[in-house]
Amino acid sequence: MRVAIASGKGGTGKTTVAVNLAVTIARQGRSVHLCDCDVEEPNAHLFLDPVFSARWPVTVPVPAVDQDLCSHCGKCADICEFNAIACLPDRTMIFPDLCHSCSGCWLVCPQKAITPEEETIGNISTGKAGELVFTQGRLLVGQSLVPPLIKAVKDVSGDESWIIFDAPPGTTCPVMATMQGVDFVVLVTEPTPFGRHDLALALDLTRQLNISCGVVINRYESNPGQVENLCLREGVEILARIPFRRHVASACAEGGLAVDADAEVAAALSELAYNLTARAVTA
Amino acid sequence: MRELVVCSGKGGTGKTSVVAGLASLARGIVLADCDVDASNLFLVLDPEVERSHPFIAGHLARIKQSECLACGKCHELCQYTAIRQILDEAGDRTFFIDPLHCEGCGVCVHFCPTEAIDFFSRRCGQWYESRTPFGPLVHADLDVGAENSGKLVTKVREQARRLAENYGMDLILIDGPPGIGCPVTASLTGADLALMVTEPSLSGLHDLKRIVELASYFRVPAMVCINKYDLSPRLTEMVEKYCAEQGLPVIGRIPFEPLVNEAQATGRSLIEYAPQCEASRIMTEIWHLLECQLSESKQLKG
Repeated sequence: MRVAIASGKGGTGKTTVAVNLAVTIARQGRSVHLCDCDVEEPNAHLFLDPVFSARWPVTVPVPAVDQDLCSHCGKCADICEFNAIACLPDRTMIFPDLCHSCSGCWLVCPQKAITPEEETIGNISTGKAGELVFTQGRLLVGQSLVPPLIKAVKDVSGDESWIIFDAPPGTTCPVMATMQGVDFVVLVTEPTPFGRHDLALALDLTRQLNISCGVVINRYESNPGQVENLCLREGVEILARIPFRRHVASACAEGGLAVDADAEVAAALSELAYNLTARAVTA
Repeated sequence: MRELVVCSGKGGTGKTSVVAGLASLARGIVLADCDVDASNLFLVLDPEVERSHPFIAGHLARIKQSECLACGKCHELCQYTAIRQILDEAGDRTFFIDPLHCEGCGVCVHFCPTEAIDFFSRRCGQWYESRTPFGPLVHADLDVGAENSGKLVTKVREQARRLAENYGMDLILIDGPPGIGCPVTASLTGADLALMVTEPSLSGLHDLKRIVELASYFRVPAMVCINKYDLSPRLTEMVEKYCAEQGLPVIGRIPFEPLVNEAQATGRSLIEYAPQCEASRIMTEIWHLLECQLSESKQLKG
């Protein structure tokens, strides 16, 4: 079972749910691999104290120009849709930050003056955190090409019976890269107007990708009506309601596990694990 | 004209609530919601949309089946696995392009031997010019799953600057997106000052360090406010220690305030909803400190 934990809005508790769900399932004796796909701001390791056994860079090909071979014909700049190449009368300049690695420029260059060169965008670490297999990607600060790094993180996961992907916030390319190919998406929301608004966007994305999903309402207290109504209207199952407990928030702030801080919260996570297991059986 | 951008690295630290609070204190400013991916500022500013515009950016490739020889060249060249093939019972191949994967690079269009691939301009979302009680607001919705979030952010900022000029307003307040990727870079570059809203948690501190590094990479001066500071005194201390080491001024500690959610539910900022509460008082102080800093930087700029 490959599950992505996502949400439109940031800070609703994706990482809390991902980490505590992984721990809950692992404690039931099943093999679990947790992959932190929020490569811009990876946080899951803060709760798990992992021991990494391997670390390697992730690269993408970007063009390098041999100025001696270049005839300044401008075909590379013409084909580039991302303004990553400027062809001047005396030299051709590359802006790697804008490059999408489409390969157009080196394929089109009549002089064979452009070759792909690998540029590091981030790195991947993998290892163990207790019983969990744990992998994370980390984008280099200043880089902005996120999806290839996320894909590389997902490629690390193997034949564990549960693979849990902690997604970044939002509904654009990085989130899509995380969701693609998973069996199920858990959308974590909170009972506020911001939470409801962004949940609707995230639901829309799972539909476009044609992946089934369920909702977890985090910090469940007064006024959950708007979010509950949205789920009812959209026909989306609420998989768990995690109560708001201030001491849990404080424990998580300091890197503790929510399931160890409060019995009710632990019960909500067990319910989530149970509901997902039922999905895994029917899938 | 000056631009103040509110960022956080981590999501959900309270950027938008802080922006709404500052907006209701500042008045006579232009607001720009650059979280185009999940924009929320309009939910608490009660704007009246005056104009909406489609956001056209980049391209989308589409195969004209009648002219396609099914040679597979496009499938072989596409770096984004956007070109899918279907095999029918006779073993014949049909190719089509999955718009969700197509990044609009045009490589398939260029190299198709029969010119069988169309290349369309793409609608990626919408952006709006609105009126709020505190000043004009420029905001946007990127289509779900769409590309070009950075370009849409740039569009929102350009329009905000234009409005500021037209109305003779001196300050643009930008609500930034979470993370450190392209939309964040587009929100941050060239701003006069960044206010980092963080929270006292290991995650908040970890992500603060990365956004501070990004701001310094783009030479944008930063100040920090710690939201919900009383949730963990130990982590608040750690955040303050880090800020002191970096020479980053901590200009406010806002207490955890359950009324924030109530205010949000009524579509108002906390400052309007509960002006007397401690969090509102601190936010007012933060606004005064920001104003001082901005007028100093203006004098330096000449």
